[in-house]
Amino acid sequence: MFKEFAPEWEGFAPGRWSNSGINVRDFIQKNYTPYDGDGSFLCGPTEATRSLWDQVMELAKQEREAGGVLDMDTKIISTITSHGPGYLNKGLEKIVGFQTDKPFKRALQPFGGIRMAQQACKEYGYTVDPEVVEIFTKYRKTHNQGVFDAYTPEMRLARKSAILTGLPDAYGRGRIIGDYRRIALYGVDRLIEDKEHQKATHFVRMTAENIQLREELSEQIRALGELKELGNIYGFDISRPAKNAREAVQWLYFGYLAAVKEQNGAAMSLGRTSTFLDIFIQRDLDRGIITESEAQELIDHFIMKLRLVKFARTPEYNALFSGDPTWVTESIGGVSVDGQHMVTKNSFRYLNTLNNLGTAPEPNMTVLWSTKLPPKFKRFCAEMSIKTSSIQYENDDLMRVTHGDDYAIACCVSSMVVGKEMQFFGARANLAKCLLYAINGGVDEVMKVQVGPKYRPVVGDYLDYDDVMDKYDQMMEWLAGLYVNTLNVIHYMHDKYCYERLQMALHDRDVKRYFATGIAGLSVVADSLSAIKYAKVKCIRDENGIVVDYQVEGDFPKYGNDDDRVDQIAVDIVKMFMDKIRKHHTYRGGIPTMSILTITSNVVYGKKTGNTPDGRKHGVPLAPGANPMHGRDTHGAVASLSSVSKLPFRHAQDGISNTFSIIPDALGKDPKIFSGELDLDALRGEGEDIDN
Amino acid sequence: MEGRIHSTESFGTVDGPGVRFVIFFQGCPMRCLYCHNPDTWDVQGGHPETADALLEAFAHNRPFYKNGGITATGGEPMLQLDFLTELFTKAKARGIHTCLDTSGICYDPAQPAHFDALLAVTDLVMLDIKHIDDKRHRALTGHSNARILAFAERLGEKGVPVWIRHVIVPGWTDDPAEQEQLGFFIGGLQTLKGLDVLPYHDMGRAKYEALGMPYPLGDTPPADKETAVQAKQHILQGIRKRLRAQT
Repeated sequence: MFKEFAPEWEGFAPGRWSNSGINVRDFIQKNYTPYDGDGSFLCGPTEATRSLWDQVMELAKQEREAGGVLDMDTKIISTITSHGPGYLNKGLEKIVGFQTDKPFKRALQPFGGIRMAQQACKEYGYTVDPEVVEIFTKYRKTHNQGVFDAYTPEMRLARKSAILTGLPDAYGRGRIIGDYRRIALYGVDRLIEDKEHQKATHFVRMTAENIQLREELSEQIRALGELKELGNIYGFDISRPAKNAREAVQWLYFGYLAAVKEQNGAAMSLGRTSTFLDIFIQRDLDRGIITESEAQELIDHFIMKLRLVKFARTPEYNALFSGDPTWVTESIGGVSVDGQHMVTKNSFRYLNTLNNLGTAPEPNMTVLWSTKLPPKFKRFCAEMSIKTSSIQYENDDLMRVTHGDDYAIACCVSSMVVGKEMQFFGARANLAKCLLYAINGGVDEVMKVQVGPKYRPVVGDYLDYDDVMDKYDQMMEWLAGLYVNTLNVIHYMHDKYCYERLQMALHDRDVKRYFATGIAGLSVVADSLSAIKYAKVKCIRDENGIVVDYQVEGDFPKYGNDDDRVDQIAVDIVKMFMDKIRKHHTYRGGIPTMSILTITSNVVYGKKTGNTPDGRKHGVPLAPGANPMHGRDTHGAVASLSSVSKLPFRHAQDGISNTFSIIPDALGKDPKIFSGELDLDALRGEGEDIDN
Repeated sequence: MEGRIHSTESFGTVDGPGVRFVIFFQGCPMRCLYCHNPDTWDVQGGHPETADALLEAFAHNRPFYKNGGITATGGEPMLQLDFLTELFTKAKARGIHTCLDTSGICYDPAQPAHFDALLAVTDLVMLDIKHIDDKRHRALTGHSNARILAFAERLGEKGVPVWIRHVIVPGWTDDPAEQEQLGFFIGGLQTLKGLDVLPYHDMGRAKYEALGMPYPLGDTPPADKETAVQAKQHILQGIRKRLRAQT
């Protein structure tokens, strides 16, 4: 498609990426340099990096002292080109660009919902300009308003009782990863040319679907034009490809920056950029126009910017996510489909930012782990994990099978092929609460109102496994249908009122859409059903006959001990619920997937879930993700992990998370104390006392 | 045959080489003042388990134990000698590395051959010598250390590699001269391979409270790492003396 081999590409091996269209994967595979060495080549922070980071730490301190927010925009609505340039210290910054005209100033992003934007401001003592409020209530509808216009009373109730929870109906859904690398490799003009071509070759029969896509393609082209303008604001011409490493990092970052200026999404992940950028860095190193220290500085400054991505959010939102996460996930390493590992020096440089800038939860450095990764990289990861506790690991050997070698993780576990797949984020259904609905015939145990269908409740004093399973099966059937339809409303409205035009401009036209769903409370459900099956569970009812508590008589196998009797229950539940999800129509033909990944929101869900038959009390947090309930895994880490690993990935393709922490002493002995194998010959030898 | 088992730990990293599947045997004749597993003393406690079931649990997660194996600890595993022998024999048949963490108290020097079958299927013994001085050993554990020291020597005769473990307890085992004396003894062991000096900790206190028992060491403070590092040097000094005396 491209007429010529761009001069900026000199030194790169050509291929389909250069002669037949957008193809970043092909570029990477033809050009990257695998690195098998250790981290000894790495450089520490430069003076400029130190100085900038000191400035950041000072601003962070001021932000804390100001109550969590330093400054907020209350009038200028954030768009790709809404603000002039912002800097920490222009002379020192190798990579530039902030969401607003200065660091630590949060942008006003009302397209997800004006009320959310107003609340976020109000909490920190700011007021959204009345004119803006008027525009977004009277003249310009938001995603939030659209959703509530279409919600059924049942959907509203399920949301209120929190059997469906964390739904992206008042904020940006996020979880979409733009292929920001395309900007560096091709320049914006080529991307626009490609989009124009996509539009010109698209169906002209004007069905609702085709009209929607054509309108979106136009919006995407418009967004790319604005992206070029963003480059101009900072003095760069990003219409052409990047000609060196610094430009490559900068171009790529402009793409990401444009995305976070447009969208305040629940997870705004970066993709898989380190090995891609290594190709540009390596070319500059080979040409002798950059030193290793300068290469590290580029990455340090880039990561610094990613750490400074900030959104205006409400305290409720922060409570749900235990903080103010942006989920700038970067996927590192992995193995290509031909078996060659994809670790480069830049994989090390990214992790080295944890040394140079100190530890931080963002960006969320995620190593795509494989048995085939080079041993020295594995060792480096282990050392960095021990040192910083800041690295996330995901199973590349598992995901490569379905996603190939150019996928990335959105948020914490959602995998998607960069630029080719996206997902509709689906929050989660609380299966623990659903079990209580099955027992109480659809009556919410906390609100004491009928939320689910009025099925027959459990009668009698003791729970019978077959009876409960039968009822649970039917209640899950109801929940799955309600859940998928609620999400259909949400994603229809999000596309309509809060479309991710820039991020989708960095995708192919015909993207594969995953329709993500999720479940919470799996371990509570497994343990509860195990208690019912292997012990005796007595119901305790309130004055209205609602079962509000349970008495467990006897012991029962608990999930997290590698005991198939209960682990199989967990496996069955995952499959059962996923199969029920699969029965339903999904918006835009999305492929249904499911995650088991409530990493932080499990605390809030626990508050809203009454006593459960496993003996857990109302308010006690559900276990995070697919974790066993706290303290119930009594056979050590391997047994606990083994239980989790039984969960079938094909029925939980959006990811299974397990939060694992361990005290350092349990990982092995302190080498200072343990002599290990004694060197008897040395002890036998003459001379000074040997410190063994 | 069934053994009485207290519990298993699937991720043992401090009880032998590599990641290990650790089996806690129920029942112990020793009453060490600093024992942090008093719940394993009662020979009637625990639950019955077969060797096959234990090895099956191991096999379930075998990839984790590539560089490790199984460790029998307790309690005192040798109190159930026949079951232990069966377990290790079956483990060896499956190619599993076997490690015995023992006090050696059940060894009977009068009939050494009685233990040959076990030692033939034991890849490594971690022998815990509580105290080198017999009188102090009695005060600390309620038993003489004669059998224990004899067992250590027997391991040499049978060619079974041994790691010596020793816990540094303030006021009990922190005398440098005694530590050197201990070193001098173990320096003479023919199959000595390793030394593990552990600082005493009082994390067992909660278990005593749960069992309604007074904590025997009262307010004895935990030993810090530095103390253990120094103790190790004294023991090594003793080993060094013995080795040089032999050459």
